[in-house]
Amino acid sequence: MSFVRLIPVLTLKDGRMIKTIQFDQYRDVGHPRTMGKVYDSQDVDELVFLDITATQENRAPDYESIQMFAEECAMPLTIGGGVKSRDIIRELLNIGADKVVINSEAVRRPEFITEAANSFGSQCIVVSIDAKRYSGSGYEVLIDGGYERTGLEVVEWAKEVERRGAGEIMITAIDREGTMEGYDLDLIRSVQDAVSIPVIANGGAGLLVDLLDLIKETDATAVACSSLFLFTDNKPIKVKSFLQTGRVPVRPI
Amino acid sequence: MSLPRDIVRRRVTVVDYGMGNLRSVAKYVSRAGGEVRISADRADLEWAERIILPGVGAFPDAMAELERRELINPLRDMVEGEKKPLLGICLGMELLAQFSPEVRDTRGMGWVDAEMKPFDRASMRVPHVGWNQITNRNPCPLLEGVEDGSFFYFVHSFHMVSHRPELVTATSRYGHDFTAVIQQGNVYGTQFHPEKSQSAGFLLLRNFIEKDL
Repeated sequence: MSFVRLIPVLTLKDGRMIKTIQFDQYRDVGHPRTMGKVYDSQDVDELVFLDITATQENRAPDYESIQMFAEECAMPLTIGGGVKSRDIIRELLNIGADKVVINSEAVRRPEFITEAANSFGSQCIVVSIDAKRYSGSGYEVLIDGGYERTGLEVVEWAKEVERRGAGEIMITAIDREGTMEGYDLDLIRSVQDAVSIPVIANGGAGLLVDLLDLIKETDATAVACSSLFLFTDNKPIKVKSFLQTGRVPVRPI
Repeated sequence: MSLPRDIVRRRVTVVDYGMGNLRSVAKYVSRAGGEVRISADRADLEWAERIILPGVGAFPDAMAELERRELINPLRDMVEGEKKPLLGICLGMELLAQFSPEVRDTRGMGWVDAEMKPFDRASMRVPHVGWNQITNRNPCPLLEGVEDGSFFYFVHSFHMVSHRPELVTATSRYGHDFTAVIQQGNVYGTQFHPEKSQSAGFLLLRNFIEKDL
């Protein structure tokens, strides 16, 4: 049996929790410790926590804020942002991560995926792929928080990521991120069909029905969202009860 | 008459071998009624009434780290000699087995008559990540009060196979039934993460700490 995972994605910048739109303009949404307490009380399935400026600022993840958050959360945590060495992974695991997210460094140094998987197990390594559609050339992988084009085609890159030992892929549609206009089903379906590791679909959820459409149309087993929880009155328990009504197997809260 | 809960605090040592979410485990154990040390010292293993072997990582690296930190012999003394209850969590459970083929063939501690096998990548998405239900198979003190069908959080690519079905105290299902909880004598293992499994995980850890095992 596979139960669909509902995964809030939380983003950190300068010690505050923020929410971006299309990786760009952002709003402050709270303090890491408070945010940790809120999600802990809601019993969500899993959380993704990203220090989104670590890579651009060429620094290690903000361990202090991450630890503050993690201490409040007795739930599965996937943490990333600025992950480019095994020492960083070790430290993130030590302060509470169960899995880590690698993004830009995976593109710069693909062998890092294998190094990390061999040391920490594939199940621990999530590679995040940020995708943007360009007219004529399809979906391309962007890195450094969406600032840098790579020339890599998304499906080809997803296959390579799997081949190199990643245990999971998180795919984000940059054009949809923060817009609340619905998931990019074409993008997610193409990645989902190309690999046999679990895929976390991200970017665009605004209505409950967006999640249901995603699951029914793509067989996604992990759905990520953030604006839906931050800017609407939907709470995880409401989302899950809606999905159950739609005959999606979820873990009851 | 039993003592109030806050007075009975068993001494629990979480083995620090550099692999994984030691602090999450320690925090949860302390909430569940343990007095916790995170340590790689023999003295702290001797101090402990319960030992927890946590772990996130790959099997060969984990065994190498146990060796490098000179933990193998102290652990054997405590578990085989003094018969202290030990709980292996996730990778920590896998290390209890005779053997794992992860990355390269490696021998484990051999405390349970079982070995690790990979999930079949051809027929399902591997790793198995997420919440899944367990079915109780054999009586186990860890599972007392934990209802059949309770949800636990799993993240793993390998699963434990034993030719002794009586050791498997709970199973879960991913493509096929697999071992979720194993017990052989004073050695216990959970393939899932009780410290991440909210209320059911809390019950299980509290059983490990409070029960007379």
